[in-house]
Amino acid sequence: MSIKDIKKEFPIFNNKIQNNDLVYLDSANSSQKPQVVVDRIYDFYTKEFSNVGRSIHYLAVAATNLYENTRTLVQKYINAKDKNEIVFTKGATEAINLVANTFGQKYLNEGDEVLLTELEHHSNYVPWHYLRKSKGVKIKFAEMDENGDVTLETIEKNITNKTKIIAITHLSNVTGAILPVKEITKLAHSKNIPVLIDGCQGAPHLKLDMQDLDCDFYAISCHKMYGPTGLGILYAKKKWLEELPPYQGGGGMIREVKKEGITFGELPNKYEAGTMATAQVIAFGESIKFINKIGIENIEKHERELTVYGEEVLRKNNSVKLIGNPKDKGSVLSFTLDGVHPHDIATILDEDGVAIRAGHHCCQILHEKLGLSATARASLGVYNTKEDLDQLNESLNKCKKIFS
Amino acid sequence: MDLKELYQEIILDHGKNPRNLGKFENFNKDAEGYNPLCGDKVHVYLKLNENKEIEDISFEGHGCAISMASASIMTELMKDKKNPEVKEILNDFLDMIKQSPELKSQLIKEDEKTKLMSLSGVKQYPMRVKCATIAWHALASAMDYKKDEDNSEKFI
Repeated sequence: MSIKDIKKEFPIFNNKIQNNDLVYLDSANSSQKPQVVVDRIYDFYTKEFSNVGRSIHYLAVAATNLYENTRTLVQKYINAKDKNEIVFTKGATEAINLVANTFGQKYLNEGDEVLLTELEHHSNYVPWHYLRKSKGVKIKFAEMDENGDVTLETIEKNITNKTKIIAITHLSNVTGAILPVKEITKLAHSKNIPVLIDGCQGAPHLKLDMQDLDCDFYAISCHKMYGPTGLGILYAKKKWLEELPPYQGGGGMIREVKKEGITFGELPNKYEAGTMATAQVIAFGESIKFINKIGIENIEKHERELTVYGEEVLRKNNSVKLIGNPKDKGSVLSFTLDGVHPHDIATILDEDGVAIRAGHHCCQILHEKLGLSATARASLGVYNTKEDLDQLNESLNKCKKIFS
Repeated sequence: MDLKELYQEIILDHGKNPRNLGKFENFNKDAEGYNPLCGDKVHVYLKLNENKEIEDISFEGHGCAISMASASIMTELMKDKKNPEVKEILNDFLDMIKQSPELKSQLIKEDEKTKLMSLSGVKQYPMRVKCATIAWHALASAMDYKKDEDNSEKFI
């Protein structure tokens, strides 16, 4: 499939946005949706809707099967050993909160250390902060180097005999650094420390193999993978899901409820309390099929080429300063423009139909380290082209002109 | 939407060369305005005499052209203004930025109105309204019109 054909699958590009062709460079924030995903939500609600896992009428059974089919698709997509290692959540944020809460409850005590990195998104810091408050847990940040990388050596240096869990990003949403997560996991496991990987930016762009990676937890955001909002995935090794206490209580996650006590359901129900985002789960199955049809390897190759091209184009622009020059870089181009604040850049680019993000990108620790309150960020998806990056550069020159 | 309306010459000028920038020594009131969306900060410093008259005013901070220009224009305007006047102008400005097509206060001179109205372009950009008001909220806090956690838009 050519990029031109792939782009046609996304209906948003058929419409003008404020009289412009859309140049969407905000996929690290959220990706656009292919028609098949949109259609699947419509079809489910119009022809097949029922709640899942409860009633035994025809629609309920059919909907349950569709819901569980996505679980199997996800399992295969990330090569998890067992389908019950896939837990649906309301987002990657909830996936991380689930681990911080349950793991923290059972295994963390005063003085224990949680090791993060300075690259982390707020959603992989704030959930751990609660444990600092409630249990006196210490949070350590492995330092980012001047390239925007966190190396294996830095992680190793920060591990102590108090380190109880390591929680790190797979791919930084600001510097684009791809961390050596397999090596970090291996190192952590040699010291009996479990590893959580925030895969929000990893899963949409890189081939995943949970059995090879061997991490304990991996959090995924579905709306960044051409899927619906309101849905995330927690991959967790089965032994953890069996050992850890339940997270939220409610319908669907119990075995038996009596006045004197409650027993909890089997996996994966134990962690899926209440009515889940059924339509989103079923539609997300189409996102996986869409990615599989193109091939995640092809997506990665395309995006890596574009990243290199984007860097070249922006480097030639003397007023642009790229943020982050990591060894292995994913599809994120953060930058500043001399004399123009990122918010002003974003507003001016928007006038040309160029959608980027400006601000701290939910990474204030990282921006403090950079000594910047805000940066501008162009991030890529499968539908982007070199022309998009040329347009970005042209619109940046327009910013310069306005502010000259 | 029109970029020229948002980035008028006067805004670009004040944004690039903000007036009254930097902390001065003998301030006796100060407060910080913060925009959690972008992390921008504006800190306002006042020298308020016993008559609640602003003898001196300045600001420190970093932010976009809109927030810097707004802070700059505000500090120029508020110097030598007295307590009830400051409140009236503040409310009038915030009302104009949110909804009102014009400034109503008789306390604002015509040339000052022109400067303030140059910020009215943000009305078309709802995500940028906060940029134009951040310094004004800091001033409201410094004048004790509101507590830091108070997000009300009208000060009485």
